[in-house]
Amino acid sequence: MREVEEQLRSEVVRLFAEGAIDLFLGYSSSRVPLRSAACVLHDADGVARLVWNRTCTPNLAALLRELLRSPPGATGDAPPRIGLLAKGCVSRSLVTLMKANQISRESLLIIGVDCPGMIDRHKVAARVGGEIAAAIWSGDDLAVRATGSGEHILSAEDVLLDDCRTCAHPSAVLSDRFLGEPRAPRRDALDDPASSLTEAEPEERWSHFQGEVARCIRCYACREACPNCFCTECFADASDPRWIGVTTDETDLALFHLGRAFHQAGRCVSCGACVSACPLGIDLRMLYEKVNGDVKVRFGTDVGTSLDEPEPLCRFALEDDETFMTEPGKGGRGMGVR
Amino acid sequence: MIEANAEFEPRIVAFLCNWCSYAGADLAGVSRMQYPPNVRVVRVPCSGRIDPLFVLKALQNGVDGVLVSGCHPGDCHYVSGNLLARRKFAVLKSLLEHVGVEPERIHFSWVSAAEGARFAEILERVIGAVRQVGPGTKMVKSIEEAQ
Ligand code: SF4
Ligand code: SF4
Ligand code: FES
Repeated sequence: MREVEEQLRSEVVRLFAEGAIDLFLGYSSSRVPLRSAACVLHDADGVARLVWNRTCTPNLAALLRELLRSPPGATGDAPPRIGLLAKGCVSRSLVTLMKANQISRESLLIIGVDCPGMIDRHKVAARVGGEIAAAIWSGDDLAVRATGSGEHILSAEDVLLDDCRTCAHPSAVLSDRFLGEPRAPRRDALDDPASSLTEAEPEERWSHFQGEVARCIRCYACREACPNCFCTECFADASDPRWIGVTTDETDLALFHLGRAFHQAGRCVSCGACVSACPLGIDLRMLYEKVNGDVKVRFGTDVGTSLDEPEPLCRFALEDDETFMTEPGKGGRGMGVR
Repeated sequence: MIEANAEFEPRIVAFLCNWCSYAGADLAGVSRMQYPPNVRVVRVPCSGRIDPLFVLKALQNGVDGVLVSGCHPGDCHYVSGNLLARRKFAVLKSLLEHVGVEPERIHFSWVSAAEGARFAEILERVIGAVRQVGPGTKMVKSIEEAQ
């Protein structure tokens, strides 16, 4: 990743010098240990701030809607041309957003990279049994100092985000330049329908779901971190109709999470940005992994890999599965299919 | 268990498409067919109009079961509203089942305007299924607690 980081910096300097971009969107380190933040550069001066490492968890596609809506420093009517760093999941979000008419291909200059997988801070914290006070990398090993429990040596592989562990497309699927070597999609991950929970008994599943959502404080960090949550008014904020009470009542929390999960069907790229953003480490993956697995198995959708194929819930096939329905085959058939 | 539940009268909300299932329910009524009185009907312009949030909200407000019914494939007034709805409900039902909500509470079906008897039949089926699992408890908001 070091090499790619160096290449990235010189590439960004070049792009600014050529006038090919007005802004660059990448990652920089933050004051919080093991957390990189999104960073916007307006010129090549800040290029040394750019990082590319295993803590670059935010999905940069989530920032584009803001940047394109009120571009800082933009002059006239022309939208700014934005350069951005795209790991596999981010590139798939870009595809998804283009199909949803949220961003245009012309306004982007995509620098694709291969991603070795990001680490999960919640897992690190659980391993070290305390707050992460400081962390130092040496290669893929991590020395973490935790408050009250001394120093721990961890390997990145042991604390990978679950989404990265099962990621099928680690390399950007769409890019103008690619830094490093692209990797082919991982077959094993492509074929895995996922959904860890479906094996459990219904009551067990319910109590897991309840236990998780009950901890939610409704800060909406998950929503803010998600590239797909681009609606100008979220159903969770709507006051007419008021879908969700302004409470932390468990049913209101369940409604928020089920509603959000449903809206992710066919759009979620399993980037894990929401999981990383959640201050409480809530198991959001159990929800989007389910809808992702469903659209894959039912409608053959591998989210964000095709610019031409409409979203699975915006199209249909006459022979779609009906086995979930109540008495589907009975009754009169429709005129159109007789 | 089943016996105890036989006492229980489920409350069902049915979202019915104006052009077909609603007319089907109406036909059942005007033909004086007997069907159980457990259902509250909400008329909608098309099964495609039904936002999955309607279903979640109904459960939160304490219904024991939900039926969504539209025109048979090929008969939708808006051509494909029912086929899009079919995809949405496949995902919704499976998501609810995944988190532990009983699938017996969530029903999706096709009933045409001519199928009064089928409407009555489907309703019996739905009520029977909901009886099996008893009163809805998951997702139900208790007003006292919330205040
Ligand atoms: S729901 Fe979470 S994992 Fe899916 S795209 Fe949004 S932020 Fe990424
Ligand atoms: S980030 Fe976590 S706590 Fe905040 S609303 Fe999302 S799930 Fe709830
Ligand atoms: S008009 Fe009846 S389902 Fe669309």
